[in-house]
Amino acid sequence: MTEAEKSVMATRRRQKQAVGEGPLTRAALIAVALAFLGIMLIAPLLVVFAEAFSRGAGVFFDALVAPHTMSALQLTLLVAAIAVPANLVFGIAAAWAITKFDFKGKAFLLTLIDLPFAVSPVVSGLIFVLLFGANSALGPWLDEMNIKILFAVPGIVIATIFITFPFIARELIPLMEQQGSSEEEAAVSLGAGGWRTFFLVTLPNVKWGLLYGVLLCNARAMGEFGAVSVVSGHIRGQTNTLPLHIEILYHDNKAAAAFAVASLLAMLALVTLAVKTVLEARFAGSLAAQRRH
Amino acid sequence: MQVRVTNVSKNYAGMAALADVSLTVGSGELVALLGPSGSGKTTLLRTIAGLETPDSGVVYFNDRDASESRIQDRGVGFVFQHYALFKHMRVMDNIAFGLRARKKNRPKEADVKLKVMELLDLVQLSGLEKRFPSQLSGGQRQRVALARALAIEPSVLLLDEPFGALDARVRKDLRRWLREIHDRTGHTTLFVTHDQEEALELADRVVVMNKGQIEQSATPDEIYDTPATPFVFSFIGESSVIPVVVGNGRATLDERVIDLEVGVLADGPAKLFLRPEDVAMVTDGGPGIPGLVVSTRRIGGMRRVTMECGLARHRIEFDAPAEIDIHNSQRLQVRITGGRVYGDGEEGYATEKLASSDTADFKWARAEGWIDR
Amino acid sequence: MTPKAISKPPRANWRRRSVLPGFGLSLGYTIAYLSLVVLIPLAGLGISSASLGWNEFWAIAFDPRVAAALQLSFGAALLAAIVNTVFGVLIAWVLVRYRFPGRRWLDAAVDLPFALPTAVAGIALATLYAPNGVFGATLESVFGLKIGFSAIGVVFALIFVGLPFVVRTVQPVLEEIDRETEEVSATLGAGRWRTVTRVIMPGLLPAILTGFALSFARGVGEYGSVIFIANNLPFQSEIAPLLIVIKLDEHNYAGATAIATIMLVIAFVMLFVINLLQAWSRKWFGHD
Repeated sequence: MTEAEKSVMATRRRQKQAVGEGPLTRAALIAVALAFLGIMLIAPLLVVFAEAFSRGAGVFFDALVAPHTMSALQLTLLVAAIAVPANLVFGIAAAWAITKFDFKGKAFLLTLIDLPFAVSPVVSGLIFVLLFGANSALGPWLDEMNIKILFAVPGIVIATIFITFPFIARELIPLMEQQGSSEEEAAVSLGAGGWRTFFLVTLPNVKWGLLYGVLLCNARAMGEFGAVSVVSGHIRGQTNTLPLHIEILYHDNKAAAAFAVASLLAMLALVTLAVKTVLEARFAGSLAAQRRH
Repeated sequence: MQVRVTNVSKNYAGMAALADVSLTVGSGELVALLGPSGSGKTTLLRTIAGLETPDSGVVYFNDRDASESRIQDRGVGFVFQHYALFKHMRVMDNIAFGLRARKKNRPKEADVKLKVMELLDLVQLSGLEKRFPSQLSGGQRQRVALARALAIEPSVLLLDEPFGALDARVRKDLRRWLREIHDRTGHTTLFVTHDQEEALELADRVVVMNKGQIEQSATPDEIYDTPATPFVFSFIGESSVIPVVVGNGRATLDERVIDLEVGVLADGPAKLFLRPEDVAMVTDGGPGIPGLVVSTRRIGGMRRVTMECGLARHRIEFDAPAEIDIHNSQRLQVRITGGRVYGDGEEGYATEKLASSDTADFKWARAEGWIDR
Repeated sequence: MTPKAISKPPRANWRRRSVLPGFGLSLGYTIAYLSLVVLIPLAGLGISSASLGWNEFWAIAFDPRVAAALQLSFGAALLAAIVNTVFGVLIAWVLVRYRFPGRRWLDAAVDLPFALPTAVAGIALATLYAPNGVFGATLESVFGLKIGFSAIGVVFALIFVGLPFVVRTVQPVLEEIDRETEEVSATLGAGRWRTVTRVIMPGLLPAILTGFALSFARGVGEYGSVIFIANNLPFQSEIAPLLIVIKLDEHNYAGATAIATIMLVIAFVMLFVINLLQAWSRKWFGHD
């Protein structure tokens, strides 16, 4: 189909008035959608920024540069810097195995990868408390070896990895499924090895989808609250991530400071969504059609 | 029901999909809309159905302006190329959909069932009423789509590329079968196709469309034998085209390599259109158009020869008996026994059918066997 | 070729052969990592739960406070999922079918609950719906409805976190729906309402149910956004995940484990149902 024909098809789709809702119904439905999204989603976002500056820019910046905020920020970045690459490697390996090969138990494996989506964040945290806690089988041994996992950074990292486990795999699998294996088979038939095929053929085809998966994974890793809350022990300056710090500030009646820190994470969310919107507009075909987070 | 389209135009994004199209389809007629993709044939069909609203012009059903009634009340049976069956409904519910959707005099459920069974019998799908569309073959789905359209006893039956998505054998069977159904039910029927063979074999009348306009509307015989425009000539069947110059009642190429009597055509540049059967090989040494063979290929019982002639090496294709050995780079002579010359006048195309001359040489060559010189 | 080369050792027949390399490495790593991060820790919960014994387990599960918390978690999640299904389908419809200025931004905004940390959403919602908040004050003065610091607040928070699940499951299926089926329906005499309810909606049903189930499952487990807007009173606005945290703070590991097990079992049932729905949809309608 030529470009001209495509544009004709596009207009045809738009102009097709003979079958569809009348203009009034249309306007009413759009209005309801706008109102619902405005009240339920946009208003909370605006409140974050409004409250952050409610006591003036001074309070806002003071809250951001406070030592406890800085240490929480550092910890959050550290956790994401470990969890995201770990799940990235896993996501690629899983997507390669699942989309390039046919084997029994594939559907079951897919379900297992989805498991962490179905587990409540608090339960995810609890799992690791039961695994590494003082009463567990591992507990006394860890104690003896003087390894601290629970109520320390390693516990937070592990819980975050668990929570963000499926994100990248879930983004890559439908995308690579859709693209098939013919290009890789062509590369192999031309004499390329596995790694070469992956880096020169597969990766360029999925890079935007992969980037979006990484962004989502990162947003969730930095923002995870429930699971991290259970395993962290809330030690200020040591095991407090940004979301936990927000909770502490909020309960200390320092709402403006809490919202100032929250606005940092809200910005992260906005950047994630903006990148996604741009990617979808420019590379519509190279992002997975169906999403489940 | 007679369908009359008067001066209908439709633009998409500044491009004319239909440009001042007028067409009358008589009651009970089976008409093919034939043309290449983008010729406006589907737009015309959708406009008649009411799925598109024309920018100007009117569609009449008998003497009633069809745009006065909602699409739901027009009573058109529309069959899509990809069937558009309701995937979640069984075959019988698909067919019954239109009957159950009626606001006025909706038949009783028992009558609906009866009607569905009758239609299933008509489309030869009895026994499959409990199936889902996903459990049917392409040809079966198309028949369900047709039965569903027939269920509402449409005043007009419209089919958009009805056989386009089917493989060649099924397509031929369904074609014959659609003709039978039409003869039995007598609905005024229009169908869109880009397949000339399908149009010529199936339709009472063929409407050839190009660039949003109707090039010719005539019986299959007329379309093939007296194509009104160069487009129709080249779209139907196979053809060779050679630019010629008309002067003094003769069409000539390059110092009379070709020299034909054309009668009334005005002087000036023109185009000579030839079908393979309009050209015969000269075997008796008599006058002919000299040329050089560039390729041959076998088509059934004949050999299709491509020959170059004239200074600009114009290509002419013709058929020779398969038993004659013709090889590349061979020199031979041909005689033109038919074809048409189209002069590009201000009033549109003037056309002249060339007289079919004696083809005795050709017959002789076949009977006696060809002796290579 | 020598006979030896032909009689290569037979490959395991549980997978079809492929010319591409890396099957062993990628699948091996996938399974190892999956086991280490997900399966073994989850199994730990199972073992802890099993070591409780039936009597102790049931005693905790039927403790009135636990029952009330579970009831609230499931009830509020159900209510929120219903609201999200209605509005989510409507929003998906508007996004797919209509073109209007700002549509792309609206589309992007739907993902906000995926990207915004729950704690941020939590304090924002709490502020909005607090008795002196923008919405809270209005709703209380106009309707006499108290949302912040109540069980209704829980529902509102769960609507926030669950909405994208419905929109994002319905949207792609709606995009793939053939416009021709609607046109056929109209030519067969069906009015717009009949076309929407009889032709379009049944095709969307598996996607709608999947979105509903995902939204519901997310709501049951949600913690971060809820605890700020609810005042977390036992028997009134205390959700099950919060009760787990409380039991943990009290070092009541058995109690926490029992509640977690109940939630996990129900979550797995939901996951199973979702998979069934998708398989059913694929089978009958040829799409997911």
